[in-house]
Amino acid sequence: MTGRIRTSALWRALRTWRGALSLGCLMLVALVAVLAPWVAPYAYDIQNLSATNQAPSQAHWLGTDEFGRDVLSRIIHGARTSLSVAMAAIGVSVLMGMCLGAAAAYFGGALDRAISAVVDLTWSFPEVLIALIFVAILGPGLYSTMIAISIAYLAQFSRLTRAQILAIKGETYVEAATSLGGGHLHIVFRHLLPNALTPVIVAGMLATGDAIILEATLGFFGLGVQPPKPSWGAMMASGTAQIFLAPWTIIGPGAAIALAVLSINQFGDALIEALDIRSRLRET
Amino acid sequence: MLVYLIRRLLLLLPVFLAVSMVVFMIIHLVPGDPIDNMVQIGASPQQRAILVARYGLDQPLLVQYGVWLRNMLGGDMGDAIVMRQPVIDLIAENLPHSLRLGGLAFLFSTIVGITTGALAAVYKDSWIDRSVMTLILLGSTLPSFWLGLLLILLFAVQLEWFPVSGARTWTALVLPVLTIGLHGVALVSRVTRAAMLDVGRRDFVLMLHAKGLSHRRIQLQHVLRHALLPVATILSLRIGWIVGGAVTIEFVFARPGLGSLLITSLAQRDYPVVQGCLLMLAMAVMLGTLLGDLVQAAMDPRIREQLR
Repeated sequence: MTGRIRTSALWRALRTWRGALSLGCLMLVALVAVLAPWVAPYAYDIQNLSATNQAPSQAHWLGTDEFGRDVLSRIIHGARTSLSVAMAAIGVSVLMGMCLGAAAAYFGGALDRAISAVVDLTWSFPEVLIALIFVAILGPGLYSTMIAISIAYLAQFSRLTRAQILAIKGETYVEAATSLGGGHLHIVFRHLLPNALTPVIVAGMLATGDAIILEATLGFFGLGVQPPKPSWGAMMASGTAQIFLAPWTIIGPGAAIALAVLSINQFGDALIEALDIRSRLRET
Repeated sequence: MLVYLIRRLLLLLPVFLAVSMVVFMIIHLVPGDPIDNMVQIGASPQQRAILVARYGLDQPLLVQYGVWLRNMLGGDMGDAIVMRQPVIDLIAENLPHSLRLGGLAFLFSTIVGITTGALAAVYKDSWIDRSVMTLILLGSTLPSFWLGLLLILLFAVQLEWFPVSGARTWTALVLPVLTIGLHGVALVSRVTRAAMLDVGRRDFVLMLHAKGLSHRRIQLQHVLRHALLPVATILSLRIGWIVGGAVTIEFVFARPGLGSLLITSLAQRDYPVVQGCLLMLAMAVMLGTLLGDLVQAAMDPRIREQLR
């Protein structure tokens, strides 16, 4: 039943030009990321010191960087890093946030107060600052970036899930399940979470866009994925040193981030419209 | 109002303790011995012993935390390992730059955001509205550091209107403020527009129309006034954004400031500086949020009543 409603909402979102176009762009970016080794014209780490900082040309569509590496190929490989880090981090964050929020809302009392206190504490701080604290503890690198990002967004999903569950906790079907002898886990996972899922998933999707930016920011600071692995943020950081010589090393990766984030946001927005859940998302 | 202020300050106390505890734990959670993270390589046993005594490192963790917190509050934040001077001096040197940038960016976002949002609401569905909506879309999706770099490319490298980096003249503030500001403008403008459209549907607006007041006068004198309340709410909730934005943008423009200091010291694993910066930034967020709440309470008596 709910499955059918959601599929039809997806179609409704796709029938608007905004939804279709943004999903198209998103699929393109994802496809390029998955097929990176086959679509990239060059390998991401092949240096050519006789052709450094070359302007865009037939051979190098987006130019070359300070080591003569092809910028386009590095952007394509960087898409892998950015998308996988953002998606993995947000996935973990959504899962943990849902469990925390559901536990807080369902059990209430002291547990709710304890969870909400911690969650509200992190909620008031900017994500960059939280991520930086955890990168400080874990040290720079791919996995600490993932962990830092997933912690930075945890509060959002926990608060959202808590609000959703509080709203449906008193419904008759929950009461019925309780009186039939359903255990806590059964009620939370079988009855409450499925009905609270949609807004959390959509919020998670929108947060993936923000997470791409956060990953790029950490990479830009030199605290993310370490070289020679390409990441959009780190590419822009090395480009800043060459801003007079090779501005294309900054423009390309930034445009890739903007395209990915813009299409995620637009598609998320189209989904919100189609599902008609804007008010439910605002409850946090 | 005084009661509200006191209550609000008391609520801040546990938050401060929790944040300081996390910051304190950083030095114990990073791999290696805390002393190794605090001294220069090749420090003599005597120097290590002095540090152990100063921070009570032979005591239980909770006592250490107490000693650390007392030192921090007393202005002793330890010594920077790489930059070889007291952390408090480094912070005192960098803080004014961050405050100036953050304050100006905040002012810019508020003023321009409310103006554009109000214009969009008054002339809804016109070309003004559409261009403001485009601005909002760009401001909320473009990564801010990329925008900063693009502005540098255009206005500093190509047109040479403003310096590329640094903080020597006031003109060096223009591009960073614009960069942080665009995000803020997008947020404030969107909330202002939505709130004004929302207020515009209420009965008293219909009444004002019936009285024969002009559309523009109703919108600017009556609707905007009511719409400012949600704007104040979102501003006080999102003051942290400005702080977070300042951290990133300072680094992009190679400006001195707490954000640049934090990122440099993180890369150098200069943990005493990292701790000092994080604590200061967290306090900035907390005080900013407090200020925002106070402004809100001054505007809306219902909020003052809630905490009674």
